[in-house]
Amino acid sequence: MKVLDEGKGELIGWRDPDEHREWIRQNKTRALVDKRMSVKEAVSSFIDDGTFFASGGFGHVRVSMPVIYEMIRQKKKNIAMAGKTAVHDLDILVGAGCVDRVEVAYSFGHEMRGLSPASRRAVEGGACRVVAETSNAGYQWRFLGGMMGLPFIPSRNLLGTDTFRYSSCKVAEDPFTGRPICLIPSCNPDVVAIHVHRCDMYGNAQIDGITVEDFELSRAARRLIITTEEVIDNEAIRENPCDTIIPFYLVDAVVEAPYGSHPCQMPYMYFFDEEHISEWLQMSKTPEGTAEYFDKYVYGTKDFNDYIELVGGMSKMDYLRRVEYLEEPMKAPWLEAKRGK
Amino acid sequence: MAGSEEGEVDMAEKQNYTMGELLACAASRILEDDTSIFVGTGLPMIASMLAQRTHAPGLMIIFEAGGIGPQLPALPISVGDSRTFHRAVAASGMHDVMSACQCGYIDYGFLGAAQIDKYGNINTTVIGDHDKPKVRLPGSGGANDIGSLCHKTIIIMRQDKQRFVEKVDFLTTPGYLNGGDARERVGLPKNSGPYRVITQLGIYGFEDDSKRMKLISMHPGITVDDVRENSSFDMIIPADVTVTEPPAEEELELLKQLDPEGMAIGK
Repeated sequence: MKVLDEGKGELIGWRDPDEHREWIRQNKTRALVDKRMSVKEAVSSFIDDGTFFASGGFGHVRVSMPVIYEMIRQKKKNIAMAGKTAVHDLDILVGAGCVDRVEVAYSFGHEMRGLSPASRRAVEGGACRVVAETSNAGYQWRFLGGMMGLPFIPSRNLLGTDTFRYSSCKVAEDPFTGRPICLIPSCNPDVVAIHVHRCDMYGNAQIDGITVEDFELSRAARRLIITTEEVIDNEAIRENPCDTIIPFYLVDAVVEAPYGSHPCQMPYMYFFDEEHISEWLQMSKTPEGTAEYFDKYVYGTKDFNDYIELVGGMSKMDYLRRVEYLEEPMKAPWLEAKRGK
Repeated sequence: MAGSEEGEVDMAEKQNYTMGELLACAASRILEDDTSIFVGTGLPMIASMLAQRTHAPGLMIIFEAGGIGPQLPALPISVGDSRTFHRAVAASGMHDVMSACQCGYIDYGFLGAAQIDKYGNINTTVIGDHDKPKVRLPGSGGANDIGSLCHKTIIIMRQDKQRFVEKVDFLTTPGYLNGGDARERVGLPKNSGPYRVITQLGIYGFEDDSKRMKLISMHPGITVDDVRENSSFDMIIPADVTVTEPPAEEELELLKQLDPEGMAIGK
């Protein structure tokens, strides 16, 4: 295949397929073993400074917040992060100084809520570097290639743009059509954290609702930490095997974490805590406010349960459940502010 | 996350509708029945929901995170939140819907933009230099995919000299690149590309051969001078420019039901 053009973005998370196979052979157990552990143990065992990390869900939907808060608590440094539809997860990790490199599909924004003050400040001031650009499908297909054990995936997006020029993709002459085709390099992140509705102690996991990229991402990951609303019996998994999205052999750690997506949404369980997200967006407008936020909600709490108590405990969680089920309107200070503008 | 900015909403002076309502109606009317559309949050979603409740009940809405054909109970905040697959025909994933797009199943894609040029190329990545950004924006998100792979792209954005530019600071999502058949030459799908651009001043399309942007209609009260003064590139102004039909009472009623909070269309 004749290579016609090459992006100048840094190639991160790419593995030689044979090297990756060998790593899997040596490091991933195929035994049914109890993988339950605390989030503290999971983060200290699998996430080193400098790790290339990807977070499941969709930016502020079904995000593994216990892992993210624990990375901040353990003061992880120089983490590179997949900016795959990264919203709240990336914003607070950059704000806390854990992440200093991002490959961007979507980053530094909060969708309808506006831009992210903390991570934008970091990227505009140079504390966080964008190492490559891509698109959402571009990132998705990096994980697809990684899951398939292939070096790249051919695609028809990205062509002709600066997004390509700053990506780690190549353009080649397609041997079948003779036309230019984009080659998206595969990606196997060092560590992935995914929050699920339920799984057993071995890691067989179920997700309700859209899977976003987690089918592919879980299979592309080297180390996979699953946080779960609930640990269920293996029998319950076997009764409905078609509900398993992530089978156990992909999983390295199982962490039980009820309300583990807060302040992000957990489909069919609880809505976004818009009051909390607004508080973060407000406080993160200054470096002092950002530090204050982490002092209060991360360093000032001993674990995730303690944090849930601090943000309003069960009465708040019940309210968020009612909003999720359209039984109560949401309170969204950012929307009030937007309307007042 | 299809684009970074849903069109800003100003009060249209001396009218019984807001600019947000006018834009939503203009966008809605472009969409044909029994077609499919890839949408982001905000105004595009409201426009699609309005179309479903008026002339296009068979319009299928698809979200990039995997929601397919939902019956939206309220305006979603995120293109991945649970509203996007409420009473949907499928709750799938990104690989599935992006592949459907690449295969040709998706007719329309809606995008926002911080900057656009005369060939409909758009920027949602950075203002200033990429490595020393003046303003860092969220990046492509799904925009490059939508702009590359849907049959027709519709862009909704605010128009002024800083946004309608001769050259975008960063070409995030392909329009017609440098015009003519440039899209096909770089390998993008045949017969795809920007179809309409909707701003607070008017509705634009693209010339058949050159693929340069041209005015199609102006909103009530807007003049050709307004259009020219708010573009840094030379806009093609044909002789047969029309006036945008203002929102009908029925459409305004529906919009108030669809977005009671004024999240997308303003108050």
